[in-house]
Amino acid sequence: MSEIEKERIKEKESVVVEGITLTGQWNRMFEQRVIWEYDPTNLDKVTSIAGAESLGWCYQCGKCTGVCPVDHVASYSPRKIFSKVRGGVDLFSDPDLWLCTTCGNCLRVCPKEVDMLKIMPAVREQVVAAGNAPPELQQAFENTFRYGNPLGEPPRKRADWAKDAGVTVPVMAQVKRPVDILFYVECYWSYHPRGKQAAQAMARTLNRLGLDFAILGAEEKCACDAQRAAGEKGLFELFTEQNIATLGKYEYATLMTPDPHAFNAFKNEYPKYGATLPVVHYTQLLAPLVEKLPFTRELKYKVTFHDPCYLGRQNGEYESPRHLLQAIPGLTFTEMLRCKANGYCCGGGGGGMWLGSFAASHEKERLSERRVKEAVETGADVLAVCCPFEVSLFEDAVKTTGNAGKLMVRDIVELLDEACTPAKEEGAIA
Amino acid sequence: MNLLVPLKLVPDLVEELTLNEAGTDLDRDALIYKLNEFDDQALEEALVLKETTGATVTAIALDAPEIDQVLFTALAKGADRAVKVTGDFEPGIDNHTAAQVLAGAVRGQQVDLVLCGVQAPDDLDGQLGVLLAGALGWPHVSVVSGIEPDSAAGVVRCHQEYAGGSMALLETELPAVLGVQAARQPPRYAAVSTIRKVMKEKQLEEVAATPGEVVASKLQVRRLFKPESRAHARMLEGDVTRQVEDLVAALNERGVLKVGV
Repeated sequence: MSEIEKERIKEKESVVVEGITLTGQWNRMFEQRVIWEYDPTNLDKVTSIAGAESLGWCYQCGKCTGVCPVDHVASYSPRKIFSKVRGGVDLFSDPDLWLCTTCGNCLRVCPKEVDMLKIMPAVREQVVAAGNAPPELQQAFENTFRYGNPLGEPPRKRADWAKDAGVTVPVMAQVKRPVDILFYVECYWSYHPRGKQAAQAMARTLNRLGLDFAILGAEEKCACDAQRAAGEKGLFELFTEQNIATLGKYEYATLMTPDPHAFNAFKNEYPKYGATLPVVHYTQLLAPLVEKLPFTRELKYKVTFHDPCYLGRQNGEYESPRHLLQAIPGLTFTEMLRCKANGYCCGGGGGGMWLGSFAASHEKERLSERRVKEAVETGADVLAVCCPFEVSLFEDAVKTTGNAGKLMVRDIVELLDEACTPAKEEGAIA
Repeated sequence: MNLLVPLKLVPDLVEELTLNEAGTDLDRDALIYKLNEFDDQALEEALVLKETTGATVTAIALDAPEIDQVLFTALAKGADRAVKVTGDFEPGIDNHTAAQVLAGAVRGQQVDLVLCGVQAPDDLDGQLGVLLAGALGWPHVSVVSGIEPDSAAGVVRCHQEYAGGSMALLETELPAVLGVQAARQPPRYAAVSTIRKVMKEKQLEEVAATPGEVVASKLQVRRLFKPESRAHARMLEGDVTRQVEDLVAALNERGVLKVGV
């Protein structure tokens, strides 16, 4: 208002415009929006943090609310967070700080580019540093710091899954030569019982394609991308430095990982720390080669596919997973209503993987449960995934939503492996 | 009020324990270590006392691989000072030696109250605090919680829990050594960024162990081995009379009964 030269404005008590009497009194219509009606302290506290400035850009259009996965199970969304914080809520001590899974669907539709993928990690970083993160999340951080994986599993057993792969899984430190593919297994494929099965299926698939690959074995450590999004930037930076040093010891043409979060870290974050890595997600490696796989049987499954947020929306890869599924003989593919760029979130990103109890006490339903119901609605009997977080989350959700026996959860590589495994002969003893 | 918290690393059971070739110790090269959880409780109690009473907290540890990170973590959590006692310590140093060395270091510091972890996986009897108090000639109370120092009166009060739900409130003169069972709140989290910042900005104080205090252990381990299963349960079968007869016969056979049946 100060820019307007007041002397040029003629003030009248009232004026009649097209037969309607308008008061001449200055009112809010003509003045700058009065956000000083609110105490801006708590909003300033957020927007003064580097990376979190964009929360202040929200103009309350509400587009995010329609697509926010958390808003389906709680009163949430960036618009509501802005509104709460402007109204005086301290985000630093509010449970809302931990519910965002950094799925990024809000940013896709936001006209003002309010970026929760930057706001949430930045604010969380300060709360984590003050020691006020939810205890279950801190436990995952401590496990990662101490053992190199958030599950708290023994570092020396990181490659134990390979023993039951049925094929040789070479380890970089032992092969002592350059390899074509460095297979970065990541934590849930290394340790989770269902993840290990997928890792084994991957080793067999690489073997069937005659690809030259090796793993890091016990040298491998978590890429820490989800810990970064959950606010443990120091942990992320420490592990980034260590992982860059480890990767730098070896020669390989392609860095391949099954974990979209690790993929995101290697592709988008590690370059900030000086490492440009030739990284691909495993679906990208296999998609051009899938026709060469020696399929031995038809899989007569009706399959639907869940896009991982950090592969799809965050990194634009939607087609490779679908190409792999559609190459499997006998398989029928069907899409869920929310797919690709508008894909729903499994709830595991941004630290959600380690906030199960916390989220359960603030949400009326788990995101994974909501998603499993959508998968069941398509009539599919297999929910295909390609992120290591998802198998355990969705398998639990299948049980808790009463869909046990109706829907199987399979990693795409498990389906590829199954289609290449000779069917048991009729009448053979299982 | 100056609080001192001795910290030590113990084997982390996340990895399987393996024995050395001689079968007299753990294979210490294969071990990974972590802070003794009771020491973490003692540190937390000290940090709470710092916040409530303005006490100064010093963490102290005998030199060992990876001990620097433990001490820096203590600083990151809010300890005012971190002291590393240097010397030629054996891996798995025994409690008597550790207590002597710590006592020497404590004498060189202004200390009103030592808060030890009540026990450790390699010190299930909780000897360290007792031996340290003995070496210093200070009073000692073990298995305590709810610590309330009163520096004006020169005493510390603490709680000791007994069987059957009774609780004692004890008071002892300062300086003293306490064996802390549990802090009043769970140990706090130190963010990795804070630890890294502390590692850049702060230094550990180093104190050399007094020569003569570090002596070879008088304890000789002849054999360390995994528990061996030597017998199995036997299920008694048949009707009740038959089972009772078999039971009595079995007890009699083993000489458990006073009178032969």
